[in-house]
Amino acid sequence: MERFILFTVNGLTLGAIYASMALALVIIWRSTRVLNFAQGAQAAASAYIAWSVTDVTGSFWLGLAAALVGGAVLGVLVQQTVFRRAESMPPLNSAVVGVGLLILIEAALGMLFAVDETRTIGSAFSTKSYQAGSLPLVSPQDLFVVGAVTLTVVTLGLLLARTAVGLRMRAAAFAPQTARLMGVQVPLMLSLGWALAGVAGGLAAMLYTPTATELVPTVLDGLLVLGFTAAIVGGLDSLVGAVTGGLACGLALSYTSGYSQPDLLLPVAFLLLIGVLLARPQGLFSSSRTRKV
Amino acid sequence: MRHDDTTTTEHPVLGSPARRLLTHSAVRNGLAAATVTAVGLLAVYTVDDFTVGSVAMLTAYACVAMGLTVLIGGNGQISLGHAALMAVGAYTMALFLEPRTTALREVPVLSVALALVLAVLVTLCVGLLIGLAAARLRGPYLAGATLSFGVAVPGLVTYFDHWFNGEQGLPVPPPDMPTALDNALWLPDRFVALIGVVAVGVTFFVLANVKRSAVGRHWAAVRDDEIAAQLCGLSIPREQVTAFAVSAATAGLGGAVLALFLQGVNPHSFDLRLSLGVLAAVVIGGLGSLRGAIWGSALVVFLQKVLADMDVDENLPSASYGLLLIVVMLAAPGGIQGLLSRLGDRLPRRSTHHQGDN
Repeated sequence: MERFILFTVNGLTLGAIYASMALALVIIWRSTRVLNFAQGAQAAASAYIAWSVTDVTGSFWLGLAAALVGGAVLGVLVQQTVFRRAESMPPLNSAVVGVGLLILIEAALGMLFAVDETRTIGSAFSTKSYQAGSLPLVSPQDLFVVGAVTLTVVTLGLLLARTAVGLRMRAAAFAPQTARLMGVQVPLMLSLGWALAGVAGGLAAMLYTPTATELVPTVLDGLLVLGFTAAIVGGLDSLVGAVTGGLACGLALSYTSGYSQPDLLLPVAFLLLIGVLLARPQGLFSSSRTRKV
Repeated sequence: MRHDDTTTTEHPVLGSPARRLLTHSAVRNGLAAATVTAVGLLAVYTVDDFTVGSVAMLTAYACVAMGLTVLIGGNGQISLGHAALMAVGAYTMALFLEPRTTALREVPVLSVALALVLAVLVTLCVGLLIGLAAARLRGPYLAGATLSFGVAVPGLVTYFDHWFNGEQGLPVPPPDMPTALDNALWLPDRFVALIGVVAVGVTFFVLANVKRSAVGRHWAAVRDDEIAAQLCGLSIPREQVTAFAVSAATAGLGGAVLALFLQGVNPHSFDLRLSLGVLAAVVIGGLGSLRGAIWGSALVVFLQKVLADMDVDENLPSASYGLLLIVVMLAAPGGIQGLLSRLGDRLPRRSTHHQGDN
């Protein structure tokens, strides 16, 4: 029972982090139909920004803010310099461009931040669990993770669904020509999508890095793959799907690595991904029609 | 390729029988493969002991890259997980060679050859399985699924550690060199490079012919327009699965050569970096071009080597090929081979029968 609670809490917390990464991918996919393979590296860059700010100021919260802002700026930068030209190309090209950017950003981080120093990002709150009797339940950090991701999701959801800006963003994504005729500044809206995705990615990085032993440029490669799995499970197209997919992946993987072995984490993620794609190629929550092979 | 058997007089363009033979695609591919092999052998014989390792590395990269370029450029399927398929070949090699080690911790050349064939066959089967799943996926979904496959395999290897010896991996004994080469004081690396060059030559010949055969044209038809291909009676999944399997087989071969060179295999030598490195080679060389895959592999491998020798930041090679990947994709999607072909087209041609490039 104690183990079950532990794995469940752990799964939900990790799931929230995967959901955050999945959100970043989904937002970009919705706005520009690009699957951004560079998101992991961009998020790692946000984490490095946070580390630098925390290193100078000594404040975790300033670091977090810097990571979110940095993530947004980087997202816009990446879109403006590289992806804007790749958007009109076949999906293969934009995937390759994303991979190129992933390699480039990670290498650049490696060059800027030499390996002679061990960098870590601490957790915002204590990771020691509250006890109910002798049963350990959740830790403050777990609550913080889930709370931060929930806040982000709800804010994003409200922004997209209820505000004028959100309406313009959706219009720019789904009917760019019509939107332009109606006076929507389509490029601006697309950039805004990349900025929001950068924020979600930066948040994912700040929540995930404390669970890793050290901050290295490749620290988020695994998270990218898991976030991608979560996004696909949820259908790549829907925010709710990304969150549900994230939590489902988090729980499934937490039980696997808890009851079996941590080595199986990524293989199980792969099986989950393939299973969902083969059974429901459009994902669990997507409204788009499947293509017949 | 056009046979003009109806004319009794000498064909005005194809000319003499000798010229005709030269334009026959199998012969042409044979000559090209022979040239590739000859250049490779020349490199193996002439370079110094420090560079010969890079040549061996290059041959491993080139085998995989040629298969990947046929998959991406020839069939329109992307794979970000080819390193995992290389690992399959490498582990097959290690497991097959282990019991065949002589007292001197070497293995007979024949066993190595058998192991290479076996590595190809095993990876072909794995590729068939993955291909079955891949054929149902498109574009970004396929990219993500293969990426996930690529990062999953190291985890599987460590999980089944009683077979694969976990993180430490398995040793691959060096091949027992023929006495003549032993007497010439060849290092094992040089011999491995020799084996690698032969592997590259064979792969080039086979793939060049497959590309120009009916199968290759089916693959291209599926790449260009699935619906049109279907209307012509092609089975889309079948073409995609075969393309994936063939591509996987060459990845297995490349992985086996790499294992031979590294004299061992462990999960870390077949990580995401390797998959992306090979992808970079393919894209930089020019998608779909076999010669381009070799150029690209040479660029990626020697960039690493040259920059490592210059004692600059160890991340510089990755940074530069990451940047190249973006620039090539955005500005010159044909890659190196595309630029070369464009240069070539500016020169006056002797034959108007342009055969396309491999």
